[in-house]
Amino acid sequence: MDLSLKRRSLIGGGILGFGTLLSKLLPSSAFAQTPTSADTSTPSGHSVPVHGGSMTMGDVDNSRNGFDPQNILTDWEVGKVSQLPNGKTLREFEISIAEQEVEIAPGVVYPAWTYNGRVPGPTLRVTEGDRVRIRFKNPGVHPHTLHFHGIHSARQDGVPGTLEAFPEQEVVYEFDAKPFGCHLYHCHSAPFKRHLHKGLYGAFIIDPDPKQHPDQQEKAQSRLLGSPQNAKWQEFLMVMNAFDTNFDEENEFYAVNTIPHEFMKRPIQIERDRPVRVYLINVTEFDPINSFHLHGNFFDYYDHGTTLIPTLRTVDTIMQCQAQRGILEFTFQKHELGIYMFHAHQSEFLELGWMSAFEVVA
Amino acid sequence: MRKTLLWIILPLVALALAIGVFLSSNPLEPLGVSAPPIEKLTVERTLLGDQGISLLVRTSGSEPMQIAQIQVDGAYWQFTQTPPGELPRLQTAWIKLPYPWVRDEAHHIRFITDTGIGFDHEIAVAVPTPQFSLIRILAYALLGLYIGVMPVTLGMLFYPALKQLGGQGMKFILALTVGMLAFLLVDTLEEGLELATKSASAFSASALVWLVAITSFLAIFAIGRQGGKSPEGKALASYLALGIGWHNLGEGLAVGTAFAAGEAALGSLLVVGFTLHNITEGIGIAAPLVDARPKFTTFLSLIALAGLPAVIGTWIGAFTFSPHWAAVFLGIGVGAILQVMVEVGAYLIRTAHRSGSNWLSTVSLIGFSLGLAIMYGTALLVNF
Ligand SMILES: [Cu+2]
Repeated sequence: MDLSLKRRSLIGGGILGFGTLLSKLLPSSAFAQTPTSADTSTPSGHSVPVHGGSMTMGDVDNSRNGFDPQNILTDWEVGKVSQLPNGKTLREFEISIAEQEVEIAPGVVYPAWTYNGRVPGPTLRVTEGDRVRIRFKNPGVHPHTLHFHGIHSARQDGVPGTLEAFPEQEVVYEFDAKPFGCHLYHCHSAPFKRHLHKGLYGAFIIDPDPKQHPDQQEKAQSRLLGSPQNAKWQEFLMVMNAFDTNFDEENEFYAVNTIPHEFMKRPIQIERDRPVRVYLINVTEFDPINSFHLHGNFFDYYDHGTTLIPTLRTVDTIMQCQAQRGILEFTFQKHELGIYMFHAHQSEFLELGWMSAFEVVA
Repeated sequence: MRKTLLWIILPLVALALAIGVFLSSNPLEPLGVSAPPIEKLTVERTLLGDQGISLLVRTSGSEPMQIAQIQVDGAYWQFTQTPPGELPRLQTAWIKLPYPWVRDEAHHIRFITDTGIGFDHEIAVAVPTPQFSLIRILAYALLGLYIGVMPVTLGMLFYPALKQLGGQGMKFILALTVGMLAFLLVDTLEEGLELATKSASAFSASALVWLVAITSFLAIFAIGRQGGKSPEGKALASYLALGIGWHNLGEGLAVGTAFAAGEAALGSLLVVGFTLHNITEGIGIAAPLVDARPKFTTFLSLIALAGLPAVIGTWIGAFTFSPHWAAVFLGIGVGAILQVMVEVGAYLIRTAHRSGSNWLSTVSLIGFSLGLAIMYGTALLVNF
């Protein structure tokens, strides 16, 4: 009961008695909004945190999930590398299904289906022309596939009836990596939508082979993982995804790399003097498009990453349809240090988690 | 004696054992039933103030539940919960959202639990929740006086006219009262059942409304017949005032919550409607007093008994409100009105008998129908 002394002294005696008697009959909660109450959190008493409050509460237990969205940014898997008799590079991967619970937002557990226990699945990174061989195991209870975006034969397509791994089965996909670019892979089993939004997707990046692009040697070199030119760049993988936690075909949470507001709470550090390259993939289910908007800067964009010259120059917002992807290149070299946000420019998505930031450091 | 005690304890122990075995052995397992926990969340109070939005929520799921995230208008928002953590079944907690709500606009709140289920709550018109201040207490009291005390007083002014009535006229007035009460009975019951749907489902509040109504009817009926015969004169008038008072408490609740929820237009219409609606109530209360010689103070206390509950209703509605308690209040009201109907009916039969006529006659039928019609007609003003 937080009627202050001052307030009391203003109230006449008889009425005070009646009022106090009445107040005793009512729960103290009736006074929760009395400005004189002790729980006043802002000093002015008339303002509320306007922007700061707009965020998910708490943090996700990454160790319980078994993956960290921060690590997914730069966690390239190049496979077991060997040489084929014909001189080609063979890259072998193993991918296994895990039907497991994932904390997809602080305190919210979702019955996900995953590739190798993470959402998005492992980022496979190969070079144009490599032979790619993937052993795909399915210890789950539903049939699943790997469908790669890229150029390959019908026999390697990973759709129901073709290389579909039934429970307890193992299938092997094998094809040559082409065309270079930023691609993805995902499950194509039926029902399609359910298999996707439960988390069965991942990035498939094919770096260009500089030998095959004599006209744009330098650009190709800069994209080729392991080259000195590539080492100058700060590269990040961002998979725009979302989760429908109550299965009403509308998403409750939006994010890059699964965890809402993760990169808002812990901004991605970038060195001011090194250029930035973002491999961006949209696998958001239920909403036809997603978008990417960068604060305080503009970027060059390579749609699907299949060209070495930008398909869009000097833009600050791009949109991607489901399964569309591309490469963004930009630099903060002439900027002052600080926090630069990036987010979906659908206000609905950003307020439901797809809001992030770079921290530009010296 | 000891043997009797043993035969009371033994079945109870056996029952406890049987329940224990059921819970520990999971006999449902062969059925292949792995029931997921059923989650339910009810918002019982909504407060809007300088610090944002505060909500009193109550869980009524099958198991403890955890509020993981909260969306306000489709945006995740930071919040504090007291007490924090997992909420056991039927536990309440205050949720405080530092959200810059906008006056006169609607806001949508969605609670997301740890299983990802969402519970929605709508604030139809955002206005600051009335704070507990002297001015406001008086303002709401004034509304209560308008809908309760004033019309009952005006109705009582018919008393001298009632005294001039003969046997047939009295029969008419009593039948009119019964008709009016019949309407109030249905109306109050409906109101109670509607509030029941807004309360936490675990309370089974609609069953509670019926049970409370029956119990309170029997209790008041028994008290009224303590002397061995049905109440008459001043006593009957007092029971009438009590029953109508309970009903007016419900009307006060409706007005108070409408104003507190920012629906001032609705609230004003309710005040006008209820005021007109309640004039008949005074006539009904005065009717049994025709043969008595009541003192002036008797009139005053009858007016207070019938009218002042409206004031208390507006206070409860404006400053503190939980749907299940309001439903229980209205359940008591139903019981009280039913008791008065029975007693006024009995009085009507006796009056008719004394004047040598039948209780069911053209006059009483017209009176009853007119009572219903007047109430129905004035209720048109307040129902939307
Ligand atoms: Cu699948």
